[in-house]
Amino acid sequence: MKKAFAGNTGPRVRSDCGVTLGITQKGGINIDLKSKVGALYGDSVSELCHEVLAYFGIRNADLVVEDSGALPFVIMARLEAAIKKLIESDKEFLPPMLPKNLYATEPGRTRFSRLYLPGNNPALMINAGLHSADGIILDLEDSVAPEKKNEARFLVRNALRQIDFRGAERMVRINQGKAGLDDLRCVIPNNVNLVLIPKCESPDHVKEVDYEINKIRKELRLKTRTFLIPVVESALGVENAFSIAGASENVVAMAIGLEDFTADLGVQRTIEGNESFYARTRIVNAAKAARIQPIDSVFSDITDIAGLTQNVLRSKALGFEGMGCIHPRQIRIINQGYAPSEDEIDKAGKIVLAWEEARKKGLGVVALGTKMIDAPVVARALKTINLAVKLGKIPADWKSQE
Amino acid sequence: MKDIKVKSTVNAAGRKVPLRINGEKVLPFMGVGKHLPEGRKYSPPIPSCIDYPPDGNKVVASLGEALSRCGLRDGMTISTHHHLRDGDLIANRVFEIASEMGVKDLVWFPSASFPCNEPLIKYLEDGTINRIEGSMNGPLGRFVSEGKMKGTAVLRSHGGRVQAIQDGEVKIDIAVLVAPSADSFGNAKGTGGKSACGVIGYAKPDTMYATRVIIVTDNLVDIPCYPMEIEGNYVDFVVVVDKIGIPEKIVSGTTEITKSPDRLLIAELTASFLELSGILSDGVRIQAGAGGTSLAIGVFVHEILKKKGWSSAFGFGGSTRYMVKMLEEGQMGYILDAQAFDLEAVKSVEDNPRHFPYPVFNAYNFHSKGNLTSMMDIMILGATEVDLNFNGNVVTHSDGYLLHGIGGWQNCLHARNVILPLPLFRDRIPVIVDSVTTLCGPGELIDVVITERGIAINPLRKDLIRRVKGSGLPLTTIRDLKDEAESICGKPAKPEFEDRVVAAIKWVDGTVIDVVRQIKTKNK
Repeated sequence: MKKAFAGNTGPRVRSDCGVTLGITQKGGINIDLKSKVGALYGDSVSELCHEVLAYFGIRNADLVVEDSGALPFVIMARLEAAIKKLIESDKEFLPPMLPKNLYATEPGRTRFSRLYLPGNNPALMINAGLHSADGIILDLEDSVAPEKKNEARFLVRNALRQIDFRGAERMVRINQGKAGLDDLRCVIPNNVNLVLIPKCESPDHVKEVDYEINKIRKELRLKTRTFLIPVVESALGVENAFSIAGASENVVAMAIGLEDFTADLGVQRTIEGNESFYARTRIVNAAKAARIQPIDSVFSDITDIAGLTQNVLRSKALGFEGMGCIHPRQIRIINQGYAPSEDEIDKAGKIVLAWEEARKKGLGVVALGTKMIDAPVVARALKTINLAVKLGKIPADWKSQE
Repeated sequence: MKDIKVKSTVNAAGRKVPLRINGEKVLPFMGVGKHLPEGRKYSPPIPSCIDYPPDGNKVVASLGEALSRCGLRDGMTISTHHHLRDGDLIANRVFEIASEMGVKDLVWFPSASFPCNEPLIKYLEDGTINRIEGSMNGPLGRFVSEGKMKGTAVLRSHGGRVQAIQDGEVKIDIAVLVAPSADSFGNAKGTGGKSACGVIGYAKPDTMYATRVIIVTDNLVDIPCYPMEIEGNYVDFVVVVDKIGIPEKIVSGTTEITKSPDRLLIAELTASFLELSGILSDGVRIQAGAGGTSLAIGVFVHEILKKKGWSSAFGFGGSTRYMVKMLEEGQMGYILDAQAFDLEAVKSVEDNPRHFPYPVFNAYNFHSKGNLTSMMDIMILGATEVDLNFNGNVVTHSDGYLLHGIGGWQNCLHARNVILPLPLFRDRIPVIVDSVTTLCGPGELIDVVITERGIAINPLRKDLIRRVKGSGLPLTTIRDLKDEAESICGKPAKPEFEDRVVAAIKWVDGTVIDVVRQIKTKNK
């Protein structure tokens, strides 16, 4: 008898399960459940497994479930993955979509922090929405082992339906090439706000993904838009940055991935980042020219909070408007770093007020202290003020509070 | 075992409890502060100094000899303290000797048990030990829950243990007390030597009330062993051994704050709550445990105190390096210490005059003339479950198994603001439930539950609710928290129990607040 396994087991695994399924000829369904939460959920886990097997028309099977406290949507995903290793089926066993998960996002919304979550690790997903990241990225690409790619799809699909990410932009990073297009089939029907395209090197690459998404949207008559963030991770991608940024109206931001980029260049990635200075400034410039957000690469040492803080300040100074996070502890540092500081808001407020005062008096040239203020300075100050209002750092009627 | 029909009643908390436990009459819980025993405290037999060596040398050759000379026999109650925690080598040895001597039906009365005491299961099985009256931990708890212990376990708080001794509810025949340093007269302390644990305050009632007291040390010093926490005047025999404990298991080299982002979020929320509610103020009195989340709360509170230029008047330990840091940097006036958890805390007790032993005998005991816990402003505690009435459980898990002791938890509920930072669920198991599996503390004493998904304040604390209104804190209700947990995890089934009572849970005044029944094991 051919057996199929899906999921994760082991002493360190939490909120997950491993299922081993063998389809038999007779004898009905035999479930051997070893559950850490058996006393409280054993019966409901068994019932759920019966339901899933029946849905796929399986009447005779031996099933072993090793459960370390998996939530129902996880058990469903694991069992469906194992079933589909043994039989062909177009059917999907879907947990209900939480009504509160059906929100849309705006192209220009803040994207300071986006938390990467490995697509095959449910334990990290469940509370991910509590840490105030602007976006949550369910990753099907580099954080998932090749042999787990397929089962991760079902888990990510179910997570999109069942986990409340509390208003964070719901993002998925798909795989490269054909696998990525197949990922879209599975995830797009489940209200994905944004898709990250890895190793993006040309506008065609973006168009291909965009086309596939539109095809699915039309088929299913989906109303909400799905935005795109191409991730540039190679020398060629950097050279094509501007055309990538303008490849579709759905591209709202462009990110750089420095691990792969430095590998492509054949150099070491350093904290100072001199080796990627050109690439980063090129990305910023291309993104700004295309009126989209430039997003910086992740900072990979999660214990070095001081290093991250410095890195964010440098990144912001170059013009980046956000950064990926690989641990929830990075989120606050990143959100605070990219937001305008008290000092910046204060100065910008003074500039705007002085400008308006001068306009009232009919003066063409304005001075604040000993410094001359001209139109671009005012434009920048207004950007800062508008962002501060949007982030709730100052009230919309800030002028009357002065 | 024979099944005697024992009469039972429903106590003031609505729990069905027997009127006799281990053949002795017990009182049902009557409500917080309702039971006030009268009469005089129990007293041990009168010794005379002429029965002891005039040169003060009470050292005998071995623990076996000491136990024999104390008259060890069937049915006696043997007490130990738990300051060597999971590194203790002596408690198990006592029962090994008793077993070799063929003694039966002993009662072990520890101030707490640890996983290292698992070998005692052997002596529970062979009849050397009849029962444990103390905390249940890990394997021992499982053994008891499955109905395998001959007698009924009795679980008491640290303060309740002192109360039971003073009420004469538990008469200690022989106290076997390990001491990191001792002299030949029996003066002893928790510092010095290779097995230093800082303080040994839990042994205080045992020294005063036991009929016989044996000190076991691996560091015999010249008279006087100063400053003595145990006074030699109470001591019958001193035994010197190679090793009383395994140092790295006595204290952790270093206690660490949690790394879990979810727990850190709970800790941050708790610190914000303390700040925004105004509970945290200059001169505040603080107590928190040594768990990863509590330590993180301590660190965040320390930052707030620094920022405001405030200082905590004193903290009550369980001390850790984080508390020591507050003391040394000027954000804590004194550390009153019941136990030291890490090496830096042990060193601080030894070196810093503002960090000193303060036994639970004084701090938690129902029969003290006043209690330290009710003077504390902030009390951070844990729980395995909290229910819709804010009742708390710390001894069983939701699957019905007995797996923890009460510790000082019940005593600490008398603080002015009792705050429970808890995850909403652990591995799919909701922490907020309809009704706690085992009632350990009445909800009227639990003020705030802080989870990663919101803060619920006990409706009885209208003052607190008023103070944090409009603060921006994620306030919710206990019912909404329970509903949210169940919407994520699913509604859990209830464990099934047999009728047999395997453990009694005592309230701080000695009444029975609840019992634990034998787990019904499903046929596999």
